[in-house]
Amino acid sequence: MDFAQLALYFYGTVLVASAVAVVTLRNPVRSALFLILAFFSAACVWITLEAEFLAIVLVLVYVGAVMVLFLFIVMMLDINLDRLREGFTRYLPIGFLVALVMVVEMILVFSTDEFSVEQFPRPDPHLSDYSNVRELGSLLYTTYVLPFELAALILLVAIIAAISLTHRRRSGTLHQNPADQVKVKSSDRLRVVKMAASPQVEQTEITHEEER
Amino acid sequence: MDSILSLWAWLPIWLQSVIIDLLLIVAIMVPLILGVAYMTYAERKVIAFMHVRMGPNRVGWRGLLQPIADTLKLIFKEIIFPKNSNSYLFLIAPMLSLGPAFAAWAVIPFTDQLVLTNIDASLLYVLALSSVGVYGIIIAGWASNSKYAFISAMRSGAQMISYEIAMGFALVGVLMAAGSLNLKEIALAQEGGIHQWFFLPLFPLFIVYFVSGVAETNRLPFDVAEGESEIVAGFHVEYSGTAFALFFLAEYANMILIAALTVILFLGGWMAPFPIIPFTLIPPIAWFLIKVCGVLFFFLWFRASFPRYRYDQIMRLGWKVFIPVTIVWIVVIAVAKLTPLGFIFS
Repeated sequence: MDFAQLALYFYGTVLVASAVAVVTLRNPVRSALFLILAFFSAACVWITLEAEFLAIVLVLVYVGAVMVLFLFIVMMLDINLDRLREGFTRYLPIGFLVALVMVVEMILVFSTDEFSVEQFPRPDPHLSDYSNVRELGSLLYTTYVLPFELAALILLVAIIAAISLTHRRRSGTLHQNPADQVKVKSSDRLRVVKMAASPQVEQTEITHEEER
Repeated sequence: MDSILSLWAWLPIWLQSVIIDLLLIVAIMVPLILGVAYMTYAERKVIAFMHVRMGPNRVGWRGLLQPIADTLKLIFKEIIFPKNSNSYLFLIAPMLSLGPAFAAWAVIPFTDQLVLTNIDASLLYVLALSSVGVYGIIIAGWASNSKYAFISAMRSGAQMISYEIAMGFALVGVLMAAGSLNLKEIALAQEGGIHQWFFLPLFPLFIVYFVSGVAETNRLPFDVAEGESEIVAGFHVEYSGTAFALFFLAEYANMILIAALTVILFLGGWMAPFPIIPFTLIPPIAWFLIKVCGVLFFFLWFRASFPRYRYDQIMRLGWKVFIPVTIVWIVVIAVAKLTPLGFIFS
């Protein structure tokens, strides 16, 4: 077993262990943190499989952005664990049934010849000047250009939909227009009033001695 | 000497390479940590001169040993654990912020020869690690179980996410111009004098990148995460001693990292401004360090010049100014590259 294989098994073990921890831990923040660890070790597994670009993008998108927001929400929510556990025994048989069906389905699918180990021989290791980024780019923009552009379009629609669903202008909120603030002149805000000086101002002068 | 050499030859190959790698890592880390220490000294001195004060001048000649004294003081202080904190996460948070700040240095090319790992997607690697750094702050804020720390964690999380987008788009412009994701290739694409450096054709992106970098490192005028006058010291309000020092180290290491990246991406890396004789006599590594110091000076200059941004203004600047600017400039680059004017952007 060489070093790359050792690393693969190590990160695979961490991945599985942290994935188990995500669903078994009680504290939701800790679960979220273990999910981050799971993503991170998945990225490490991909690196050992020579998919360095995808691995870094996984860290960038999921660990760096998605999970930050996720953790944000989980930290702010006051989750009542007792209420969550209320229906546990009631839903246990149904959950067990669903899990059983899924396991059977997965065994049926993966035991076919399509997914046998012989179908996936170990790829030849690439030379050091092999560029993962370039290969991926040329595949995406030639062979798979239509699905790629469609996915981009769907994502764009999703962004616009999410913004338009949540963007409601509530009444009574105060807004600033920085352009107006910059353009303001002293004459808009300040009025110099000319007044006649009052003829006599009574002044009480405190002498030095009195102050003492 | 012979016995050492024979011992070295006797070691297995993998152990030899591990030892060499460790030595190289130390060779980057030690100057970096020293750089952080003297960055604090430079910061105090520069701000003092801008305020017409003297700055630290008691420890050593002109206060030059002040950072050492500060470090020793922090090391000998006790680390206090707040009673209701999550002690495990409380302890791991400073390491989580320091780890990415140091790990990113693995791919930084100091000259065209001096680079620890020359990977193909090094620009993405740096971006990914700088986005991971926010976890240290968020976890510290949550684990401290303190209002101020928690508010700070929220603020810095939101700030990091919004400025990372602008930063990422600015980098997209750079990689379009250079045609590579490799930091070394990007620097080499700017060869041939100051007029080839990317800060000229990509000027809006240069400004956006640098200002976003200042915001990402939570430096003034974007330091709402620390905001002494509002939330005491933010996420590290409960930290003391070495744990606090680690946060400090991470913040300054990130600052130097942003400065180094700005130099590599926009200011020609290790290249001399004019490829003629008096400039080329200075070695490339010296040019790199001079430029990094110049960029770092701007961090200090900003701190002494600008008041802190209000929080909604930070968000406005990130989302409504920087992101549109970068998107427009990316389109400009993409279109210009197809016209005869494309030579400007390469």
